[in-house]
Amino acid sequence: MAKVLVVTSGKGGVGKTTSTAALGAALAQQGKNVVVVDFDVGLRNLDLVMGAERRVVYDLINVVQGDAKLAQALIRDKRIDNLCLLPASQTRDKDALTEDGVARVMEELKEKFDWIICDSPAGIERGAQLAMRHADVAVVVTNPEVSSVRDSDRIIGMLDSKTLKAERGERMEKHLLLTRYDPLRAERGDMLKVDDVLEILSIPLLGIIPESQEVLRASNIGQPVTVSNISSAPARAYIDAAKRLQGETLVVTIPADRRAGLFGKLFGRRAA
Amino acid sequence: MNILSLFLKRNTAPVARERLQILLAHERAVVGGSDLVAVLREEILAVIAKHMQIDPGAVRVKMDRNQSLSTLEVEVDIPAPSGARPGDKPAETAAEDETPKAKVA
Ligand SMILES: Nc1ncnc2c1ncn2[C@@H]1O[C@H](COP(=O)(O)OP(=O)(O)OP(=O)(O)O)[C@@H](O)[C@H]1O
Ligand SMILES: [Mg+2]
Repeated sequence: MAKVLVVTSGKGGVGKTTSTAALGAALAQQGKNVVVVDFDVGLRNLDLVMGAERRVVYDLINVVQGDAKLAQALIRDKRIDNLCLLPASQTRDKDALTEDGVARVMEELKEKFDWIICDSPAGIERGAQLAMRHADVAVVVTNPEVSSVRDSDRIIGMLDSKTLKAERGERMEKHLLLTRYDPLRAERGDMLKVDDVLEILSIPLLGIIPESQEVLRASNIGQPVTVSNISSAPARAYIDAAKRLQGETLVVTIPADRRAGLFGKLFGRRAA
Repeated sequence: MNILSLFLKRNTAPVARERLQILLAHERAVVGGSDLVAVLREEILAVIAKHMQIDPGAVRVKMDRNQSLSTLEVEVDIPAPSGARPGDKPAETAAEDETPKAKVA
C-alpha cells in the first residue's frame, strides 16, 4: 500500500528539502518506488537539490490544472531508476493549487508509487497545510534550537487537527528528525540536548542528522547526500532513518564524519 | 565580568529547555480544543509506554468544557497481567472488564 509522507517543520531553512531528497533517495536505494513532490510553489528548490533543474518541463500546478498529464511532469532520476520528482512551479501563484486538484494528483501517485514524499514549504499557511493534507506519516524536521522547537510544536498540533487523517479521527504517525546537530556544541551544553527536544515534543525519534559540510557539497553538485557520498555521516543517518520509516528498529546513533577525529568517534559511541 | 562570574557561567541549553517548557505549556493551553486533546493523548501514551507495552490506539482522551463543569476523560486499555498466558481466555476477559478508567474533573 502506498504511503504518503510529509516533510514539514513550520520554521524555514531547517533542512526539509535536504531531508526530502535524502530520504527519498535512500528509500529508492532500498528498493522502493519513490516520488518526491515539491509543494514549495514559487520557491522551488527540490529540483536543484536533486540535480534535475534543467529537465523541468511541466510542474505540479500544470498537472493540478489539467494542462499536463502526470506522466509528462514526472522526472525520472538519472542515477536511481525507481526515483521520480514532481517539481513545483516557479512562476505561478500558490493559490493555483486547489484542494480537489491536489487530491486527484495524490490518488494518481498512490497507484504508481510505494512512497510519496511531500516537501512542505515553510510556515503554517495554506501551502504547508496542503502539503500535509493527505499524509499518512509526518517527518517533523527540527533543529536543536528554541524557535525551531516551538514551530515544530505548532506543526505537530496542525498534523493532529488539519489533516484528512485527523479529521477521520485516526492517529497521525509522526516522527522527529533532528537535523544540523552539532555534537561539539551539545557537549559544551550550549545546544538543546536530544532528550530535551524529545521530552518537549514527545514524538518518537526517527534520526539525528549531524551538521556536515557534506550536505553543502551534495547540493552544490545536485545530488541527494545519500548518493553523493553514501558513507558520509549525514548519509548514514538518513539511510538508517529510511529503514526506520519502513519499520526496522535500529538504535539511534549520531554518526560522525571521519575527519571529525577522535572526539567525534568517542562521542558517537557514547551517544549510541 | 569578574573571575567568579566566569566560573559560575552556566550552560545555556538548560535555560532554553526551561523557557520552552513554560512557553509551550501556555501555547498549547491557548490553542486548546482538538490540538490539546491530541497532545494530551500522545503524552499520556508516551508515559504509559515507558512502563508497559500498549497499542497506540489504546488511549482515548475526551474533553468536555462547560460553564459549570469541565471534565477530562482518559480511557486506557492495558494488556493482561504478565502472569496470564496468552490465549488464557478467562484472564483476558477479566482484564478487559477491569480496564481502568480515570476521570478528572
Ligand atoms: N545536516 C546539515 N549540515 C549542514 N548544512 C545543512 C544540513 N541540513 C541542511 N543544511 C543546509 O541548510 C540550508 C537549508 O536547508 P534546506 O533548504 O533543506 O531547508 P528547508 O527547510 O527546505 O528550507 P525552506 O524552509 O526555505 O524550504 C541549506 O543551505 C542546506 O545545505
Ligand atoms: Mg525547502
